[in-house]
Amino acid sequence: MGSAVMQEYDLGVIGGGVHGCTAALFAARGGLRVALLERGPLCREASGVNAGTLTLQMTRLALIPYALRAHAMWASAPQWLGHDVGVVVCDGLSLAFTEAEAELLAFRATKRREAGAPIDLISGRAAMAVEPGLTDRALLAGHCRVDGFANAYLTGLAFRRALLGAGVAVMENRPVTSLAREERGFTALTPTGPVRFRRVLLAGGVWIEPMLRWLGVELPIKVLVNQLVVTERVRPVMRCVVGIANGLLSLKQYPHGTVVVGGGWQGEGDRERGGVALLPERVVGNLRLACHAIPALRGARMARAWAGLEAETADALPAAGPIPGIPDAYVCGSVHSGYTSGPYIARLVAEHILGREPALPLFPIDRLLPPRGTQSPEAA
Amino acid sequence: MRRCDLIVLGAGPAGAEAALAASGAGLDVVLVEEAAAAGGQVWRAPAAASPPGLDPFPAEAEARAGAALRARLAASPVESWFGARAWSVIRPAEGGFRLDAAGPEGPLACAAPRLVAATGAVERVIPFPGWTLPGVIGLAAATVLLKAQGVLPGQRVVVAGCGPLLAAVAAKILAAGGEVVAVVDRAAPAEWLAASRALASRPRLLARGLGWALRIAGRRVPVHFAHAVRAAEGDEALRRLRIAPLDASGGFAPGGAERVLEADALCIGDGLVPGAEIPRLLRARLRFDRALGGWVPELDAEGRTSLPGLFAVGDGAGLRGQAPAVHAGRIAGLAAAQEAGRLDAAAFAAATAPERAALAGLAPFAAAMAGLMALRPGAVRDIAPETVICRCEDVTRGMLDAAFDEGAREVNQVKHFTRCGMGPCQGRSCGDVAAEIIAARLGGAREAAGFWTGRPPLRPVPLADLLGEFDYADIPIPAPAPL
Repeated sequence: MGSAVMQEYDLGVIGGGVHGCTAALFAARGGLRVALLERGPLCREASGVNAGTLTLQMTRLALIPYALRAHAMWASAPQWLGHDVGVVVCDGLSLAFTEAEAELLAFRATKRREAGAPIDLISGRAAMAVEPGLTDRALLAGHCRVDGFANAYLTGLAFRRALLGAGVAVMENRPVTSLAREERGFTALTPTGPVRFRRVLLAGGVWIEPMLRWLGVELPIKVLVNQLVVTERVRPVMRCVVGIANGLLSLKQYPHGTVVVGGGWQGEGDRERGGVALLPERVVGNLRLACHAIPALRGARMARAWAGLEAETADALPAAGPIPGIPDAYVCGSVHSGYTSGPYIARLVAEHILGREPALPLFPIDRLLPPRGTQSPEAA
Repeated sequence: MRRCDLIVLGAGPAGAEAALAASGAGLDVVLVEEAAAAGGQVWRAPAAASPPGLDPFPAEAEARAGAALRARLAASPVESWFGARAWSVIRPAEGGFRLDAAGPEGPLACAAPRLVAATGAVERVIPFPGWTLPGVIGLAAATVLLKAQGVLPGQRVVVAGCGPLLAAVAAKILAAGGEVVAVVDRAAPAEWLAASRALASRPRLLARGLGWALRIAGRRVPVHFAHAVRAAEGDEALRRLRIAPLDASGGFAPGGAERVLEADALCIGDGLVPGAEIPRLLRARLRFDRALGGWVPELDAEGRTSLPGLFAVGDGAGLRGQAPAVHAGRIAGLAAAQEAGRLDAAAFAAATAPERAALAGLAPFAAAMAGLMALRPGAVRDIAPETVICRCEDVTRGMLDAAFDEGAREVNQVKHFTRCGMGPCQGRSCGDVAAEIIAARLGGAREAAGFWTGRPPLRPVPLADLLGEFDYADIPIPAPAPL
């Protein structure tokens, strides 16, 4: 902070996950001078430790149009991001093993199909032709040709290169302790000095709740603690993304041979401590499900397991748009299956900040806030 | 779920003694060990079924001590779970600890208000070209071959690295009728001399060390002090080694004369690194202590970590060697019994006094030995860019440097950038060296480079061993997410 006049950025993005990074990237490419502040390294929370699944069969109905476009973004990452995040586009199967699951699957697949996801219902036997590693015990499968996965842990590296290339001031390991609203813009206080910007985008994942509190806005964000397991490298045992009807399995094998098992089984943790522990019986439950679907997995060894946080609003739809009552302040996050849809929704928010009309509607948070008059005075 | 008063993980000298002491004071103890018998690395039991014609080498003091420990355990009320691969330890919401293991007959679980972690140390190898060739093995692996299997590592063996294991392994190879081409020791004679003042505090060990040295000298085995292996060569297996002299920093001396040694086996160990797996997994407070081998849990005099009910003892909690581990183990076992109300303050003081005195007496020797094995600042300096650091994932030193140049500033970020440490060894063999390389780029402070976050499983474990018998209907599938 040696210079006499502190530099003022056009936009400060607080939170360096997929949402913050994408918004910062497109805002910078749109001509804004952007600072990105992240308390740790980029994409090391949910954006770097999630299962990397780019599936439509676990996506919320209302988000299907967004997820389709986001899938196309991930698939073309080398073009717009400029760097590889190990995206593999492949078939996806959502399985039903019982009559009840078949009913659930048929209903949900039909709804998602109506929303634009190219999902066909096929027999268990037909699914075995799609996925040779599959068990013969599936009754029904949803088959979607638009599926795939990314290597989530490469996200930070890819975005870092892209952001620096776009001229974004990337401030890693720079936790924001408070955000002050000023007559014209905002000042973020950090242990290594303040940063000033005209507009602010809060993109802190599960930490959006405390971030919004800086501005006097109370938006409850539920914290999910998703358990994940990865095996050591094994011979090819599967070629698709495999899930089950109720969404509690996500399974795929990476080109280097490891198999990632997820599905949102809940571990122990919270916003303050992160993912603290995996509950062993739930690890075993998740693995039983995985081995039930792909029997050859039984021979693999578990190499590592972890728990990552996921943010969820009261209606489990995104918080993405302007912050009511506070000019020049925006929020982006809490997107269910946020890794899949994140880049597209964050890009829409960047378009909005740039004064352009987003191609699809945002998800303003007004719907989630208490009725006017009950907000704290600062936010009024 | 087996409920008990105390779980002890690891049945080496520290863990077994902790279990025996706690059990002796009246605690119901479950001792969990992945090997088929107690003893750990130093007191490793001979394999139950040696290959035909190969008997474990003749009993020495260590083998007798191990047998005595196993007999005491067998005669005690301690419930030993051998062949049980612990994969998860958590602190459940209701308090205490829960341990899950893959046992020989299926999944096992136990819970207790207290847990003693005695999981031992792992060997460090400072990588050089060819260190992953067949024929190159660790000193610890050589010890397993010799002690448990009665197998020589090769026909013409070079023993290299640092610390007291060098002489021990060389002597065992000679005793078994093998040929030791040379011993290559990172330490200079002056360092051994300085350490021997501490060694003198343990006359029996000094005698054993001298015995090893004499055995080596008696066969006219050349010992190259202040030297290290620069390269291992061979097409499909080890054929020859190049060694070179070191400077005071532990790096290769500029312009030092190289020697070539013909050998078909290299046993190498550049010191030991405390595993500290349980404190790390449970997020107890750690500190970096180069003299104790690396990242170790913060401990009080009784082995308590920063987490209530969690104790850590033995080399996994800081390198001190087998003899101190015995006493530290007993103290922790007694402390657990006292916390559980089985010993009053006076009885605890009386029972631990001789152990504390013994521990204090051993301290100079332990520190000297650990000092000989500590990683020296210059040791990673000369690792070439193309040399593999992470052998599971084929990550080279150059790739680590490139990750640093791209902005990775601590080891977990380096792991994401490069896959270093993501393989089946779970970062055990590369972690210390990778962190040292990053720390060097940061100006030398290992604290800044950090350590890999502890994650389950504690060991890689086959999924089949975790699943147990089940029907689809038995899987407790949570309610579906909203559409």
